[in-house]
Amino acid sequence: MVQFNLPKNSRPVEGKTFKAEGASRVKNFRVYRWSPDDDKNPRIDTYEIDLDKCGPMVLDALIKIKNEVDQTLTFRRSCREGICGSCAMNIDGQNTLACTKGIDECKGDVKIYPLPSMGVIKDLVPDLTGFYAQHASIEPWLQTKTAEPVKEWKQSHEDREKLDGLYECILCACCTTSCPSYWWNGDRYLGPATLLQAYRWLADSRDEAKGERLDNLEDPFRLYRCHTIMNCAKTCPKGLNPAKAIAEIKKMMVERQA
Amino acid sequence: MSNQDMRTPKAKILHLGSARSGTSDHVVQRATALAIAPLSVFFIVSVVALAGAEYDTARAYLGHPLVSILLIALIGAVVVHMRIGVKITIEDYVHSEGLKHYVLLANSFFSYGIGLACIYAVLKISFGS
Repeated sequence: MVQFNLPKNSRPVEGKTFKAEGASRVKNFRVYRWSPDDDKNPRIDTYEIDLDKCGPMVLDALIKIKNEVDQTLTFRRSCREGICGSCAMNIDGQNTLACTKGIDECKGDVKIYPLPSMGVIKDLVPDLTGFYAQHASIEPWLQTKTAEPVKEWKQSHEDREKLDGLYECILCACCTTSCPSYWWNGDRYLGPATLLQAYRWLADSRDEAKGERLDNLEDPFRLYRCHTIMNCAKTCPKGLNPAKAIAEIKKMMVERQA
Repeated sequence: MSNQDMRTPKAKILHLGSARSGTSDHVVQRATALAIAPLSVFFIVSVVALAGAEYDTARAYLGHPLVSILLIALIGAVVVHMRIGVKITIEDYVHSEGLKHYVLLANSFFSYGIGLACIYAVLKISFGS
């Protein structure tokens, strides 16, 4: 059966508190900490941050903690402007990007956990190996059988517009790790991000491998584990709708049978 | 020696490949839902109309060919819809491969068994005995 409770050694315990001495406007950041280097349970450390000396985003606070308070805190980040997807994590109970989440959007303490359901490499760094393998499995590149044209593969403006709402995906994994169906069957269900990417190529008028792509997806687990729970659309930090893309794939499946 | 999973991430994800199925269940699940909506209204209206009626009146009503056919259609649609719904739930939550197949089989036997029993009951009333 699926596991509904965390194993005993994965249950977080109360950790250390780092005080912000002399600060007037303090916000508590309660951060999940776990290291593979010891056998200890995960812990929740509390960092008091002086908001007068911190940037406006949650990522600013994490960088401040790492630079000034606790250098052992581990997290991924790169672009700081919502385009690389590196700093995806669970903030205040919702998967999002730390760089685009304002501290003032969080009421009370800011609770920060790694993306749910994935293994944890350290602290806020999830293991996305399987996620990337799933993305690779749908062969996310243009596939053609016609001889390559001298200049380029042409596409009308109307057909190009069909990729809007799809190409913007940054593969941050917020949607996939928010999906309960993926929590239960993440080894076989491709998940919303990968399926949105799959549809991005199915919807591309230049692609000539639609049949093979649909064959590859037609599976009770790979595609049909989507039960339209819609967490994916709710949590996507880019405002995309993976559930709609999945529904479009299902429509294609039906279309080619009748 | 522990049996460590040393497959590559891609080998784990590709696993046994695509089953090339699932679309028929998807279509049938929606088609039966469409059928069940009006048929269940008919069923509820019939039950309400027959409330307090004499045994012979109820039997005569249920024995009418049109009523029997609609009831059998409802039973068929509900049974097929139920079997697929429960199958999907089992696949979601039961991960032990051996146990899963037995539970899926039990689900099919139960669904079709209950369906056959219901249809038999309707036919018995319809044709009288």
